[in-house]
Amino acid sequence: MALIEARELTKLYRMGDETVHALDGVSFSIPDRDYCAIVGPSGSGKSTLMNILGGLDTPTSGVITIAANDIGQMNDDDLAVFRNQTIGFVFQSFNLLPRLTALENVELPMIYGGVLPKERKERAAELLERVGLGQRMGHRPTQLSGGQQQRVAIARALAGQPKLILADEPTGALDTNTGVEIMALFRQLNREGATIVIVTHDHEVAAQTRRTIEMRDGHIVSDNLNEGKTRHDANV
Amino acid sequence: MMRTSDLVSSAGRALRANPMRSALTALGVIIGVASVVAMVALGSGAQAQVERSIASLGSNLLIVVPGSMRGAGGVRGQAGGFDSLTMDDAEAIAQLENVAVVAPSQRARTQVIANGLNWNPEVNGVTPDFLTARDWEIAQGRMFDETEERQARRIVVLGNTVAENLFPNMEPVGQTVRMNGGAYEVIGVLESKGQSGFMDQDDIVLAPLTTVKRRIAGRRGRGDTVSQISVKAQSEDVLDRLQEDVENVLRQRHRTREGEDDFTVQNLSSITETAAQTTQVFTYLLGGISAVSLLVGGIGIMNIMLVSVTERTREIGLRKALGARQSDILHQFGLEAVTLSVAGGIIGLVIGVAGAWGMTTLFNLPLVVSPLNAGLAIAFSGLVGVVFGAYPAWRAAKLDPIEALRRE
Ligand SMILES: Nc1ncnc2c1ncn2[C@@H]1O[C@H](COP(=O)(O)OP(=O)(O)OP(=O)(O)O)[C@@H](O)[C@H]1O
Ligand SMILES: [Mg+2]
Repeated sequence: MALIEARELTKLYRMGDETVHALDGVSFSIPDRDYCAIVGPSGSGKSTLMNILGGLDTPTSGVITIAANDIGQMNDDDLAVFRNQTIGFVFQSFNLLPRLTALENVELPMIYGGVLPKERKERAAELLERVGLGQRMGHRPTQLSGGQQQRVAIARALAGQPKLILADEPTGALDTNTGVEIMALFRQLNREGATIVIVTHDHEVAAQTRRTIEMRDGHIVSDNLNEGKTRHDANV
Repeated sequence: MMRTSDLVSSAGRALRANPMRSALTALGVIIGVASVVAMVALGSGAQAQVERSIASLGSNLLIVVPGSMRGAGGVRGQAGGFDSLTMDDAEAIAQLENVAVVAPSQRARTQVIANGLNWNPEVNGVTPDFLTARDWEIAQGRMFDETEERQARRIVVLGNTVAENLFPNMEPVGQTVRMNGGAYEVIGVLESKGQSGFMDQDDIVLAPLTTVKRRIAGRRGRGDTVSQISVKAQSEDVLDRLQEDVENVLRQRHRTREGEDDFTVQNLSSITETAAQTTQVFTYLLGGISAVSLLVGGIGIMNIMLVSVTERTREIGLRKALGARQSDILHQFGLEAVTLSVAGGIIGLVIGVAGAWGMTTLFNLPLVVSPLNAGLAIAFSGLVGVVFGAYPAWRAAKLDPIEALRRE
């Protein structure tokens, strides 16, 4: 069974008399260790889909199974545990807590996972080393550049040893060069075994992944392997 | 599930992030708890004081005075009322069952001069039994005996206040004082009963009853009348029955009917009880009024917590996205509220006790702070935090993470 199995996912928003089909019968599956981009114009339903994949939202109908969890049926607290144990989020606007240091921000998911303080600190430090911020552990978000903040956020996403990393526009707030660095970090994490799904409206960014799913008006309109990418992977 | 130590440190961090705001929020509770503690301590002090001063008059004691008492009103003089008690009345009472001691006394006011100083105490003509009736001891020298009393000797026993004022640097025993132009030898000094706020029992001179009647009290004191009869019962249990007996025997002798008496029998233990109850009601009233300010403090906490939840909506959304359950968020915000209120409670307790100490010192009352009341104050402030923190914390816990993360 694939890591993500989505069958006929539908999400409706009722706005007075009008009904918005944010997702309209979306089906796909993503295997373990995949690296996948979701692209599409604004309002096509990308973020809605990501929120459902991440257990932040539930579909109006359809079945969504992630790592054998039927998350459409879970209650609020089960979803919280699911997110903590299975998902690592990376946001466009980083979403670091400004009062906490880089190290403490990375510790945050482990606090809710009940990891012991000593173990937590060691692991957070390791992760910051891994994203190249070994020298910045005691810094607060305001003392870091955008690219560095997004690296902290990625380290935080990895903290719970998640099966799936979801990134909604992770390079959207960064300049081109920094965006390239972040994408390189994702590629490396994927090579080391992480399953990653990123949302982007930038086709150049999408081209750096292995597979591109294109959405429009709540539908999947195409789902292709990126040619260059597969060849690249084959060469490695 | 979040660990307790992490909860505590995150609440502490959030409160320290806005020290001024936290301090001002706690101030509401500080003022509330401080005023409750101070008021209750003050009331309890007054209560203890009232009980103590009445008890110091003597135990198992009935005091018979001339004049009638109507209902809750004061003593009312009747025609000839002030002369209505006599030595014979005292003797008749002494024949009753359950009587330990009967001590008639005659009160007078006159200046006492000694040593170039003068003082204006109450001069009381008494029999030696007076000390037994009032549970009073001699501190220096001795009390006069029955023979000396009957012989109307010119001797006195001084109350502590009088002794200190007339003989500041001298042994009073053996000295001479002058009253009404006559010289009297000091043969003893009474043990101090202590200052009792509204009356100083030590501001007294005891002289033989006969002496006072003949030489000091003037026209009113002559003859057979006395101004007071102290009756000590053999035990607390018989006090009420003895009161009835005394009333009956005096009614017989004075030919009065109940309701038209020309005398009043005061039962000190029941007076103590009434007075204690009154001051206790007073204490509760003061405490209750102050508790309103504690309520206002609680509303302040609720207000600030609601502001805080709104400000930190994005943080709450993020925490939920990262795996915080509803209970984690509920506990985090609840703990912030309770920390504010309990910290306010502890500081308020300290300030309240200090304030009570200041006021009781000022009014010369005993300071009564029971550990139970202190504990209650802290517990109650904690409760205020729980009650007023619950709604903001619940709002935080129920936030939808997607909505919350989208908020700027
Ligand atoms: N909470 C909501 N209430 C009502 N409609 C919503 C809500 N959230 C999303 N929608 C609608 O659902 C559709 C899909 O929105 P979504 O945010 O998934 O788009 P998107 O592909 O992420 O766009 P963008 O690239 O601009 O982020 C849009 O038409 C949007 O208006
Ligand atoms: Mg979006």
